[in-house]
Amino acid sequence: MARKAITGNGAIALALKQVEPDVMAAYPITPQTEIAQNYAQFVADGAVKTEYIPVESEHSAMSAAIGSCAAGARTITATSSQGFALMWEMLFIAASLRLPLTMPVITRALSGPINIHCDHSDSMGGRDCGWIQLYGEDGQEGYDNAIQAFRIAEHMDVRLPVMTMIDGFIISGAIGPVETLPDAEVKKFVGDYTALNPLLNVENPVTIGAFDSLGGWYFEHKVAQNRAMENAMKVIEEVGAEYGKLSGRAYSHFKTHQIEDAEIVLVAIGSAAGNVKTMVDTLRAEGKKVGMLKVRTFRPFPYEQIRAALSGAKVIGVMDRSDSYGAQGGPLFTEISAAMFGGDTRPKMFNFIYGLGGRDIFPDDIRGAVETLEQAAAGEQVSQTRHYLNVREG
Amino acid sequence: MQQVTEIRWHARGGQGAVTAAKMVAEVALSQDKYFQAFPEYGPERSGAPIVAFTRLSDEPIQIYSAIEHPDYVLVLDPTLLDVVDVTAGTSDGAVVIVNSEGACSELAGRPEMAGRNVYTVPATKIALETIKRAIPNTPLIGALAKVSGLFSLEGILEEVQTSLSKKFNENVVNANLEAVRRGYEEVSDE
Repeated sequence: MARKAITGNGAIALALKQVEPDVMAAYPITPQTEIAQNYAQFVADGAVKTEYIPVESEHSAMSAAIGSCAAGARTITATSSQGFALMWEMLFIAASLRLPLTMPVITRALSGPINIHCDHSDSMGGRDCGWIQLYGEDGQEGYDNAIQAFRIAEHMDVRLPVMTMIDGFIISGAIGPVETLPDAEVKKFVGDYTALNPLLNVENPVTIGAFDSLGGWYFEHKVAQNRAMENAMKVIEEVGAEYGKLSGRAYSHFKTHQIEDAEIVLVAIGSAAGNVKTMVDTLRAEGKKVGMLKVRTFRPFPYEQIRAALSGAKVIGVMDRSDSYGAQGGPLFTEISAAMFGGDTRPKMFNFIYGLGGRDIFPDDIRGAVETLEQAAAGEQVSQTRHYLNVREG
Repeated sequence: MQQVTEIRWHARGGQGAVTAAKMVAEVALSQDKYFQAFPEYGPERSGAPIVAFTRLSDEPIQIYSAIEHPDYVLVLDPTLLDVVDVTAGTSDGAVVIVNSEGACSELAGRPEMAGRNVYTVPATKIALETIKRAIPNTPLIGALAKVSGLFSLEGILEEVQTSLSKKFNENVVNANLEAVRRGYEEVSDE
């Protein structure tokens, strides 16, 4: 195990290098990230045998990745922001063809106004495209998730594509300490790739992506996709536990901090979870019963486990780094609210939207959110469900 | 509570502030400390004012927002003093190290420096005499080591040696080592 000073982008590129997939198809220009740049360098240096396909757009990147994966190759791509948006149409096709692609996504805002900075509009917008979604807090989790993604995607009970997220710039461009595994251990953990019904097998000719008319099996196909998502729930945990044995860093669907006796729990995803955890420690030192739940798996959404974990809370504040226009709250808020509705006790629910377009979230913003939740916990009327943190109003 | 040392770098694009912030992170890594180094993200243009940040701690750092109240402010370009509020968010007793050949007392007399511990180091002069280029970052790192005591001179020299040896020949490496050493020796509060 080696400890490195490395950016989030660098850590993920290194993870991909250690896995050394057969093919990477990527759009090489902005909004692409350094992951694709670093990987192109590995290829140019002869450090990996991966075939690198630079394409003319992200739509083509995902199309090429689909073709390559269907042909039988272990295939990756990477994207961010508008690039993710341009892949949109093909994301659904990758998932419905049950292709075990993996893709790191550096989460960034969608235009307009034109903005290159961090938020979750891109990946959260793609939450229903049929991909498994894992969110990481820092470069370490970005590295670890990128490796585990292969095992989850390629599991025969799953066979779905996996995207792994870290926050744009805040994590992707920041240098932090990352513990890396030896190349051989990563390769052994990921194992050899077995293609299922590959196109390039003349012994067993298949058609992939054929037309399915009204009397066909589209509906059953979709149900099967959702069953695979259900299976993924268990597989993600198994892979996370096994990775824990290898690295000392076990993973599950979410992580909690100080929630056992907490009256107020903040739910966060991505790098803000670290900011929240730090503030929880400060507030605990002040004697306040505050806790945190950090979501890692967003698709499939571990609603039963989260409901159980949050059942003791009086008030829950859900932090969203993307908004859902006209909805009751951001994507994480609506998921958590739906999860809690199925329980016997119903905590009061509030939503804090923060950080859009890279707007910073400071410790005092989180403290302010907790103050709102304290009012609700004390039985005071809080007029709105949805609040915006560090926004200029008036 | 967790003790985190926070450093803010002010420079112009091309002066090596981001590299310096990275180098300090590498030194922290070599000393088994926890660290973060990150620029204020945006379009980077040579000559435009930029800001970079470093956090150091003995424990894992899990806060990712920009540094609001730095303990140390390093100014790589003295012309920024009239353009940027370099002491913004600092408390009394914060340390400000400015790349300047001028007398420290002159800078310390500026209104925004009141109550701050001001140091100067002729980093550009040192850089020109050692590495023969006006990139003042390495002398500033030497100055930071001396003033802060966060890490030893030997620790930095070792790190500069290791990281630069991968990319540059011996002359360049030695020149940078000399630049760090002189920054360490020539930083002054007089």
